[in-house]
Amino acid sequence: MIGRRFWAWVVFGLGAAYFLLPLLATFIFSMQMRRDRLTFDAYLSVFSDERFQSTFSYSLVCAVCAIIVGVAIVLPAAYFVRLRLQWLRPVMEFITLLPLIVPPIILVFGHIKLFNSSSILPLTNSTLGTDVLIVCGYVTLALPYMYRAIDTGLRTIDVQTLTEAATILGADPIRTMVQVIFPNIFVAVLSGAFLTFAIVIGEFVLASLLNRPAFGVYMQNVGANRAYEPSALAIISFALTWGAMGVIQLLDRFAPKTARQA
Amino acid sequence: MTHVSLTADKATGPVNTGPAVSIWRSIPIGAWLGVLPFIAFALMFLIVPTLFLVSSAFVDRAGNFTLQNIIDLGTEQVVNAFSISIRISAASAFFGALIGLAMALAIIRGRLPSAIRSTVMTFSGVASNFAGLPLAFAFIATLGRLGLVTVILKTVFGFDLYKSGFNLLSFVGLTLTYLYFQIPLMILIIAPAIDGLKKEWSEAASTLGASRLQFWLYIGLPVLWPNLLGTLSLLFANAFGAIATAYALTGSSLNIVPILLYAQIRGDVLHNPGLGAALALGMIAITAIANVLYIVVRTRAERWLK
Amino acid sequence: MAEEFLRIDKLVKTFGGNAVVKGVDLSFQRGEFVTLLGPSGCGKTTILRMIAGFERPTSGTISVEGKDITSLAPNQRKIGMVFQAYALFPNMNVGDNIAFGLKIASMPREQREARVEEMLKLIGLAGYGKRFPFELSGGQQQRVALARALAPSPKMLLLDEPLSALDAKIRVSLREQIREIQRELGITTVFVTHDQEEALSISDRIVVLNAGNIEQVGQPFEIYNKPTTRFVATFVGTLNTLNATVADAGAKTVRIGETTATIPALPTSAKAGETVALTMRPEAVALANGVDRDIMLEGKVAEVAFLGSVIRLKVDLGGNLVSVDTFNDQRTPPPAHGTSVRVGIAASDVLVLSA
Repeated sequence: MIGRRFWAWVVFGLGAAYFLLPLLATFIFSMQMRRDRLTFDAYLSVFSDERFQSTFSYSLVCAVCAIIVGVAIVLPAAYFVRLRLQWLRPVMEFITLLPLIVPPIILVFGHIKLFNSSSILPLTNSTLGTDVLIVCGYVTLALPYMYRAIDTGLRTIDVQTLTEAATILGADPIRTMVQVIFPNIFVAVLSGAFLTFAIVIGEFVLASLLNRPAFGVYMQNVGANRAYEPSALAIISFALTWGAMGVIQLLDRFAPKTARQA
Repeated sequence: MTHVSLTADKATGPVNTGPAVSIWRSIPIGAWLGVLPFIAFALMFLIVPTLFLVSSAFVDRAGNFTLQNIIDLGTEQVVNAFSISIRISAASAFFGALIGLAMALAIIRGRLPSAIRSTVMTFSGVASNFAGLPLAFAFIATLGRLGLVTVILKTVFGFDLYKSGFNLLSFVGLTLTYLYFQIPLMILIIAPAIDGLKKEWSEAASTLGASRLQFWLYIGLPVLWPNLLGTLSLLFANAFGAIATAYALTGSSLNIVPILLYAQIRGDVLHNPGLGAALALGMIAITAIANVLYIVVRTRAERWLK
Repeated sequence: MAEEFLRIDKLVKTFGGNAVVKGVDLSFQRGEFVTLLGPSGCGKTTILRMIAGFERPTSGTISVEGKDITSLAPNQRKIGMVFQAYALFPNMNVGDNIAFGLKIASMPREQREARVEEMLKLIGLAGYGKRFPFELSGGQQQRVALARALAPSPKMLLLDEPLSALDAKIRVSLREQIREIQRELGITTVFVTHDQEEALSISDRIVVLNAGNIEQVGQPFEIYNKPTTRFVATFVGTLNTLNATVADAGAKTVRIGETTATIPALPTSAKAGETVALTMRPEAVALANGVDRDIMLEGKVAEVAFLGSVIRLKVDLGGNLVSVDTFNDQRTPPPAHGTSVRVGIAASDVLVLSA
């Protein structure tokens, strides 16, 4: 009887130590840029770096584009599969599971081979084309998370009944989706968006292999050449991830629920 | 009376279904229009590129069919890379699953304050996404040669971590680093399954004389088993494809498959695009095998899954 | 039969300062079937869980055969328990579920298999040993749960609302089967339910609980016919209430509208002019088809519910709605809504509750 809680505390304590120690150590390390005292100089150095600003904005724009494209293709698909094309569900599940099985490096390798300068659709020929390709790559990486977030949202709001109610009141399918369904799963869409953001913002492999000036490439560069700035970047990234996840948690509390959760 | 009501019945049938039919007819087309962009996108940026890449493993420079690229996978460098990759992925998946399960059990069934559970779940959401370069930076700052923990161990406790054989840029070091996102991922996936274990099962078992250990041995773990295996294969794939963390930690000094492939794509080594494709095929094959194993075990367990 | 088996003394359970069981004393005879009956939140399940050992009593003791088991772990108590939601182990087939307790007790394999066969026969599911729980209906699952609980020959059987999740028809047949098996094995059984009909039909004795206290303990016949508190009278069975004015307490007469009646149960403490509530079961009220009863009243039929063998009428007696049960008679259709009827009541069937 005494054992259970004791061991639970032990396991939790060890886990907490393993997870908090690197954060603490990194944080302290990041403030040791000056030998004599702890300062935020490493952070100042990072923030004032012109390349930090430009690469971060580039990744941010990529993330926003990936979110827009992702929602635009996933939302209608998930909605109609739930509503009319139930038998397509396993196919959707399989497709959205693939990016978890096929590693990003293989995905981008495939992109490079398929869309190179000598192919039918030579996206890598121009900067704009490469940017389009990288955004599509990010959408693919985020597909599992975006689909799951939206599908969960649709499940919690009894889509079938809402759609039937809207249809009886005279709304056409597009109007139903835009005015009835979307507002009700807005929170779920936002969680998908923030997950996409968390994936895209520090992504390295795609950006590096497609030669785009993304934040991940910049971080790698700093990591190879500087001592204290990488720690500052790690802390900044952790804070960003925490922020994105925190927002998702917060949003979850305000999500509308009309159906019982399965 | 009867006559009138009968005709009314007949009349309402078609009148009611009239508009309904037009809706039912129009929606499947709309539905397909809604699903089409998704399917097109998945084909264009996910399925076709992967298949194209895999197929190019069987083509030589002149465009003819060949098995030479697959045979070339047998070179020592490639075999070593696969062996190290598999071992690191298996170790980090296995320990990640084990430790993650222990932590999930501790926070869900260990009667800890409920605030701990929600904190751990939120943290897991963050940490499972905290991979790649920043994670490597954090571990270098902690356990690298000049990392804070390494230095404190040396100056305060007089213990030289690196002289004792530890190296962050090694199998152990990389596994330890990967655990930072593997454990939280396990917690996130297995927590709902543990919630699904009904309280009555353990109560029924205890009235039948079973100890806690016997409950877990005969009921708890067998019920969780398919989920555990599924997560294990996911964790394996997760570590197997990871490159950024390893790359930032070791540069290209550690010979694992993704880094080898990365170098190949950048044109640094191998000098054979067909071999690169073969490497990719090998990676897909291994993650696919992990998943097929999982599916086989799951269908065998499915007898009682409902 | 008069041998005490299980004893509960001054049992108290509080959850975070909230008393759920407030000092309960009970004694169970060997082989007895006792039902704990009460509305949800009355503490019946908590008492059962304390007997099982899942909850620690805040104070008080539980003893079996004279031995204090209050702080014994559940897996040391040798009890069999059946839960509302079946709680069959989903990863084991029916045979393995039933064999589980035997396996824990390290019974040799051959004996174990024989025992499982015996139990399957007992619950009428011979040949179902290889099926998995999800392949069975609710009623079948609950029978397996019963067999699993009984297989290791426990000292007592605890049933926690085992019928609540089942359909009405299966509920009745399974409760009969449970009672039959219990008689056959002579096992002391504690049954928890909120369904008074179930309790009345199955028990040797019923313990009616309300808000953590015992209201009444007795045989079903006593509980139904001689409720000692208003709570028991209203919770068990349907009860009619007629408001009356005391005419003469000494002569035990009351006035119901225009009619004067003598009620033997009227307490002498009643004061003339005071309003009292006369209560009676629906079957104590009869449609007076030429038969004369002690009290004859005029009324109008407000509702007719045809229940099969019984027809339940609601008759409006000067503002009091009274349920009247009559047996179905193929030759006489029930009175229509709105017809005037005369009802008769036997004065000895009437109980008086202070209003």
